Amino acid sequence: MTIQHYIFLAVALFSIGIIGVLTRRNVIIIFMCIELMLNSVNLLLVAFSKMHHLAAASVDAASKAGTDGQLFVFFIMVVAAAEVSIGLAIIVMMYRNTHSVDVNFLNRLKH
Amino acid sequence: MSKLVYLVPLFPLAGFLINGLARKRLSKSLTGIIGSGVILASFIISVVLFFDVKAGHSGVVKLFDFINAGSLKIPFAFQVDQLSSIFLLIITGVGFLIHLYSTAYMHEESSEHFARYFSYLNLFVFSMLLLVLGANYLIMFIGWEGVGLCSYLLIGYWFKNNDYTNAAKKAFIMNRIGDFGFLLAAFWMIQQFGSLTFSDVFSKADGMKPNDMVLVGITLLLFLGATGKSAQIPLYTWLPDAMAGPTPVSALIHAATMVTAGIYMIARSNILYTLAPTTQGVVAVIGLATAILAATIAIRQNDIKKVLAYSTVSQLGYMFLGLGVGAYTGAVFHVMTHAFFKALLFLGAGSVIHAMHHEQDIRNMGGLKKSLPVTHWTFLVGCIAIAGIPPLSGFFSKDEILAAAFSRHIVYWIIGVLGAVMTAFYMFRLYATTFLGKFRGTHEQEHHLHESPAAMTIPLIVLAILSAVAGFVGVPAVLGGSHHLEHFLAPVFAGSVKLQQAHPVDHNTEYMLMGASVALAAIAILYAVGRFSKKPDLGEATGFGKVLQNKWYVDELYDSIIVKPLRAASSVLNNIVEKLGIDGAVNGVGKLVNYGSRQLRLLQSGQVAAYILMMVVAALILFIIQLFV
Repeated sequence: MTIQHYIFLAVALFSIGIIGVLTRRNVIIIFMCIELMLNSVNLLLVAFSKMHHLAAASVDAASKAGTDGQLFVFFIMVVAAAEVSIGLAIIVMMYRNTHSVDVNFLNRLKH
Repeated sequence: MSKLVYLVPLFPLAGFLINGLARKRLSKSLTGIIGSGVILASFIISVVLFFDVKAGHSGVVKLFDFINAGSLKIPFAFQVDQLSSIFLLIITGVGFLIHLYSTAYMHEESSEHFARYFSYLNLFVFSMLLLVLGANYLIMFIGWEGVGLCSYLLIGYWFKNNDYTNAAKKAFIMNRIGDFGFLLAAFWMIQQFGSLTFSDVFSKADGMKPNDMVLVGITLLLFLGATGKSAQIPLYTWLPDAMAGPTPVSALIHAATMVTAGIYMIARSNILYTLAPTTQGVVAVIGLATAILAATIAIRQNDIKKVLAYSTVSQLGYMFLGLGVGAYTGAVFHVMTHAFFKALLFLGAGSVIHAMHHEQDIRNMGGLKKSLPVTHWTFLVGCIAIAGIPPLSGFFSKDEILAAAFSRHIVYWIIGVLGAVMTAFYMFRLYATTFLGKFRGTHEQEHHLHESPAAMTIPLIVLAILSAVAGFVGVPAVLGGSHHLEHFLAPVFAGSVKLQQAHPVDHNTEYMLMGASVALAAIAILYAVGRFSKKPDLGEATGFGKVLQNKWYVDELYDSIIVKPLRAASSVLNNIVEKLGIDGAVNGVGKLVNYGSRQLRLLQSGQVAAYILMMVVAALILFIIQLFV
């Protein structure tokens, strides 16, 4: 598996996520699509990290180059978990107020 | 002793501050005492200074550095010499009498306005003293502006009357036009001579060749300033309107201060003018034209103060004629005698107006001889003096100017004598209509006729005595005198006298000139008295008289050639440039922002998907830019 495969997969996931966000009205689906985009980025980070590390290790076995990319992945996971908790809370509140999970009901500020 | 000179202007300044600041607390009598007392103090110091100068102690007293910028040094210094000491005496002496007179004349005013009036008068005298004392053109200019300001304040003293405030504005604007000439001349002098101090400028100018373009330019600009301040053609129209102020103010403006500023300035700069004969010619012609024009107007005026106002303009014209023909002593002499008899006439007119309850139209007077004896006799002395009948003062000073004019050109003399004859005529028309014949006012006015209080008659008597005898300080050699004034002023005018070739007129010719002018004036007097004491012309003037009564329509002419086009131009600027151009630009910017924000607002649809789409598209665009550009 070369790096290209990972990139293609990540781009595909990211595009699915964007298209999902843009086209769907259900908040929960949109939420899931955002998670999808985050994870596609995580995948890329891990793939590139592995690639750099392999390249560096072939020269110097003790090298730690590329490991910091994996560190980012953990950060993103933590942030995503926090985001999910807040986001789901917002969705619950939204449902309580509007009895719907349709984002197009969330244009009250305009009117 | 001349170290004390700073006290002379300091006293009136102190009076101005006290009366001005404490005007709500001071009683009327205290205000009067302070106001007149400070001028009296200045007068006493001026007398001391005069005798000091007479003993030969003249010089420049430097108080402090005023402007010190690079090579330009302008000290705050006072010039104590023959010319300024004479003017000091005139200003403070006549000024004091006018202050004294005012305490009675203005007594009907409320105490606050009474104090305001006296503070203005003191400031006026202070400015005038600064003007004549300054040892350079800058200090002179400070006083020059000061008298302009004070004339505005005093002419508009009754500021609730719209006509009066308009007259005040007119005086101020006319003066500003002249001041602009003075200012340009001062800048030119700095550029040319690097100094404004009299002694530097005169000594540097002395080396230049006669009629140098620079000198002609500077002197013409200075003369423009003088035409504004001293009411000469073309800027004379403010002076007759200045009658709006209280009568003692008219006396102060016309006799002791303000209008003599132009004469003083040219007499002070005599060396510059002598070196610029072209300007001298202009000065003489303008002076003569003003003298004649104002005299013709005065013949047909019915307001007692207007007649005197035009006679002032006319007499100032004589002084400028004297300056123009190089008779500097004669001009200063005439300033002095004119200060006495014109102050006398104005204060006399004030006394008449006071007695008549603010009636100024001479057609409603007549026969006041009986009820106002002191005013009548002193007024008569003033009339004879201004008409130039020997041995009263006006004769000597006017004759000196006319003799000098004759030696320059006979046409000057002929026109000058014509003006003098008209002066005699209109002054005695005024005298006869006011004091002789039958009373023509209302019964109520006749009932209230009374001689003025002592505070008003004493100045009249003092001025009448001065008007009668002041001429003897300048009796010409031809009449067996020794002309003390000329000897006294000789150091000031020495440079000019050396440069001018004297054209001595032989004594027989001079006797003839004197005889002719006196005889013509006497005929004019007799004719005027004979004609107007019995049946004065009460009706409206017709034909040419109407033109004279309307002052040759000069005000209307100025109105149509200057004021109206100016108004039209400003209305064009207002309606087109201002409303379409500037307002259009400002409102246009506002409208553009309004319209733009209205369109931008449409982007905020409230649809979350739309926002995200924009975000994605923007990210893509940035991405593409990053990659390919």
